[in-house]
Order: sequence, then structure tokens, then C-alpha cells
Amino acid sequence: MELQSLYQEIILDHYKHPQGRGLRDPFAAEVHHVNPTCGDELTVRVTLEGDVVMDISYDGQGCSISQASASVLHEQLVGGTIAAGLSITDAFLALMQGRGTVEPDEEILGDAVAFAGVAKYPARVKCALLAWMAWKDAVSQAVERHTPEVTP
Amino acid sequence: MTAVHAPVTGLLDVERVAADFPILSRTVRGGNRLVYLDSGATSQKPSAVLDAERGFYTQHNAAVHRGAHLLAEEATDAYEAAREKIAALLGATARELVFTKNATEAINLVAYSFSNATAKAQFGRPLPAGAERFVLRPGDEIVVTEMEHHANLLPWQEVCDKTGAVLRWIGVDDSGRLDLDHPAHGLKAVLGERTRVVALTHQSNVMGTITPVRVVADAAHAVGALVVVDACQSVPHMPVDVSLLGADFLAFSGHKMLGPSGIGVLWGRYEILESMPPFLSGGSMIETVRMEGSTFAPPPQRFEAGVPMAAQAIGLGAAVDYLQSLESGDGSARGLAAVAAHEHALTGYALEALSEIPGVRVVGPTDNRERGSAVSFVVEGVHAHDVGQVLDDRGVEVRVGHHCAWPLHRRFGIAATTRATFYVYNGTRDIDDLASAVRAAQVFFRVA
Ligand SMILES: Cc1ncc(COP(=O)(O)O)c(C=O)c1O
Repeated sequence: MELQSLYQEIILDHYKHPQGRGLRDPFAAEVHHVNPTCGDELTVRVTLEGDVVMDISYDGQGCSISQASASVLHEQLVGGTIAAGLSITDAFLALMQGRGTVEPDEEILGDAVAFAGVAKYPARVKCALLAWMAWKDAVSQAVERHTPEVTP
Repeated sequence: MTAVHAPVTGLLDVERVAADFPILSRTVRGGNRLVYLDSGATSQKPSAVLDAERGFYTQHNAAVHRGAHLLAEEATDAYEAAREKIAALLGATARELVFTKNATEAINLVAYSFSNATAKAQFGRPLPAGAERFVLRPGDEIVVTEMEHHANLLPWQEVCDKTGAVLRWIGVDDSGRLDLDHPAHGLKAVLGERTRVVALTHQSNVMGTITPVRVVADAAHAVGALVVVDACQSVPHMPVDVSLLGADFLAFSGHKMLGPSGIGVLWGRYEILESMPPFLSGGSMIETVRMEGSTFAPPPQRFEAGVPMAAQAIGLGAAVDYLQSLESGDGSARGLAAVAAHEHALTGYALEALSEIPGVRVVGPTDNRERGSAVSFVVEGVHAHDVGQVLDDRGVEVRVGHHCAWPLHRRFGIAATTRATFYVYNGTRDIDDLASAVRAAQVFFRVA
């Protein structure tokens, strides 16, 4: 059974008891991402205050990996700075795209290390990344929108 | 779990058949036996098909329909013999049969006939006699059904966007059948004098539903529309005779019927094919070529531009031979009739096995009538992706997701299903393994 390495207890926990699920107001940007191969969908909103991520709220439907991943993302990133959130995201992306060759750093990733096993299942990597790509998209839209235009 | 099952009759001698498929002797994750239940996506290939392709390359390889040397003659003869064999399977003649790369391309070929004829007509450019039937005007209507594979939906949406035609569709009822009598999206409501094309599947790749093509085709012809049938899930699994079906076009893929990938078939009524402008253009499809303009070969060559996929066509011919050689274990049927009987028996067995698992719901017909062997289901509390993962861990290979029929899934309010499809090399043991793997998924995700 390699299943346990894919579905770590932490993942199943987050799937059954998602953290921060539900869409909340106000928000700086909202995005809707889908995984076209399986139809999984996720709406993500980010709320920012200066450099700080005040909230990431989300709603959607999909498999345990995609839903647990959104919950872990919420837990890891809310309360931190945008820059910290993006660097965790980069580490998570590298882990997921590493086909099982990247050694995960728990210091940076926290609970997100539980997804290390997913990297060995290429078909599931997109599930794990759905929330992270959505948040990255949302935060970049929010930042863009709030950057005053520079007039030369 | 100890329910008494009705005896299963009409099966092929599965062990003997499976022995013809080299891949079925490999093991998968965890050293498990391979339980391949994804033939609806693509089938496995018997040695006879692999040998035919290899035999072509080692003995006869040359560019088909070009050159006059011995190899070119042999290659051309083998390619055309495959065409004749496949035509005979359908009760058609060889000149009505166009080779494409797959069913998707075959359907696009027909769809592009409409947008190409419409574009040429706009500028008064030459078109074959009878091409008016392919010229669309804004407000003309194209009818599909809600259960189509994307391959028989998106090409028609594209035609609509290019010509101003309007897409309409026949709905699906709660049991997974075409809702032909529905007041808003039934046959009478949807077909009208502006209907120019009716495109429908012969068998749903998700639910297994066999559609009443003849009924729909007669209604379509009564309003002067052309009928395009997606036969991807029917021709590989049951006898199909185009002289009885009522269709004007039929499309299917070789790779789903034990043949190689890269070969598909479009059958069309000859006089209709003759009235169509070319799809892809270039070498092999011409009559005369001048700098000022060119004329085109008659069908099927008109629609086979470039050096064709000869080895694949020959491989598909070998697959047809193989399918026709199969015989029911009890000797009651041969060929595709034996294949259909085998799958019918397996489907009944599978529907019963799944109905015994609490929390499992089959999407589509559960009476084993007018349905083929695609069985899709949801497991309450476990997403299809997760079901598929547990199955895969036990060597049971199924398809999960929307199976390229997203609107159908939306119709049933579900995002994804788990789909098992059966073919000639599957037996009741595979279904037993499927059922116990589904139970294992329920245990793993703590819903049972
Ligand atoms: C009903 C149906 N139509 C069309 C297709 C498309 O076939 P292909 O991808 O071989 O062109 C498929 C296969 O996935 C199918 O099941």
C-alpha cells in the first residue's frame, strides 16, 4: 500500500475538517480556477492589509487532495506577509514538480510537507496545486490593482 | 456479500482471449495483476494487430498511392484491402470510407465541410455539385444532444461561431436516456425547418446508453437535415450496419477497437461525400493542379491529403479480423455479436455487483437494456479522483473525471464520476476486483 504515503493523515484531516472554508467579505481580489481534466473548481479571495495577508477565503469542490491543499494553504499563509506567502508557494511548487526528487523543508512548508507523496503521482499534482495557483493569481491581481500608476 | 448471482451466460472464453494481449500479463503498482477497465478510453492491442503493423514495416513499407515500384504497389494494395475490410464490417462500400487520424478528426472533417462550403459560397468560389446542403445561413440550426462527448460538440459550436448558425440540443432524462418526448428539449421541440445537421452519439461513453439513432435520423431526414453519428462506442462493441442505421455519416476511432492509435474512420453516403469541399488539402487529394487554381480527386481520396497512415490502417484491418474471429464460449454467437453478448453479460454482472454496495450510485441506465458496457458511478462521500486512486493502488485501472462529457455531468449535478468499461478480455473476476476495490475506497476514506 503506497496509498498512505499519498494520503497522509494530515491531508485526510484537512479534507474532513477544512480550515477557513467559505467566501468572506471584504476582499481585494477574487479568482476562479478549474482543473479542466477533472472539473475540480475553486474560488479564492484574498484580503490584504499593507503587506499582510489578512485572509484567504475559498470555496469549491474537488478531490481530497485539492480541497485539503486549499485548507493547508489557508492555515500556512494567513497572518503572514505576502512575500512570505509567495516564497512558501514557490517551495511548494518546486516540491510538487519534483517528481519525488525534491527534499521537502518542513521549516518553510509546515503542514504542506504532507503533500510530498503527491509529487510521485503526476496526475494528482494539478489537484494539489489548484489552490496555490489560484491564490498566487489572486494576490498578484490585488497587488497590481493597488499599485498606484507611476507617471514618468 | 454472499448474494446468489444469476449464472452469467454468453461470455467469451476470457482466459484464451486475454492471452492474445501481451500487455495483460504485466503487473502494475504493488505487483498487482492488471485489471484494465478503461477500454472506453482506449483498448489494448492483440498480438495479431502488433504483428500486422510490424509486418507492414518489415515487408512492404512504401508511400501509399505514390510511385510505381513493387513496394509502393504492395503498400497501396494492403492499405486499400484494409479499407475494404472495414467497409465490409459496416455493410458499406470501400469508396464511402475515409481514413482519418481518429474520430475527432472525422467529425471535424464533416463540420469543416459546412464552414468551408459556407465561406466559399460567400465569395462565389467553386464548390462541388450539391454543396448547397453544406452552405449555412445565420439562423440555421445544428442539433446535438446533451450526452455528447466533447468531440461531437465543440466542432459544432465552432461551425456555429463561424457561420451564424444556432446550436440546439436534445435533453437527457433522469435515467440517462435521450428525452425525446420532452416539451422543451425533445425531438419535436428541437427539430424544425431550419435544422441542417443532427449530430448524436450512438452510445454514450459515460452511461453506456444506446440511443435510438434510427428514430432521430428519420425525424431529421423529414426536415431535410443531415445526420452525423458518433460511433466511437458502438462500432467496437456491437454489429453496426450503416444500411439500417439511417445515418449519413458515421465516425469512429481504431484505437478503441483493438487497433492502433492514429487511425480513425469516417463513413459517409457516397453522393454526399461527393458534394463536399476538401478539408485538409495538399498532395494525394488532387485531380489537376495549376497556379491559377486546382481541382480535386473524388472521395475518399479527396479527404486523404498527404501520405496516409498505412501501417495503422492495416493494423485496424487486422483488429477487424480478430474481432470477427471471436466466438462465444458456448458457441452461440460469433464476431461482434459475440462481443456484444459478452459485454451485455458483464454489464449485468457489474450493475448487480455495484448495486450491492451501499453508497454507490450508477449514473445512467441501471436496467441492462439498450445499453453498452460503460458503467459510471459516484461513491457517496468520496470524490471520483480519490476512488480512482484507491482502485489504481490495487491494479484496477478505471477512468475518473467528466470523461470529456462535461455538460452531461452538469446535467446530473455532479463534477466527476468513476467509469469502468469492459471489453473482450475482461471477465467477471475483473468486476469482482472492481467491487472489492470500491469497498476498500469507502473504508480508506471512512465512509463505510
Ligand atoms: C463517444 C466518443 N466520441 C468521441 C471520442 C473521441 O475519440 P478520439 O479521441 O479517438 O478522436 C470518444 C473517445 O474518447 C468517445 O468515447
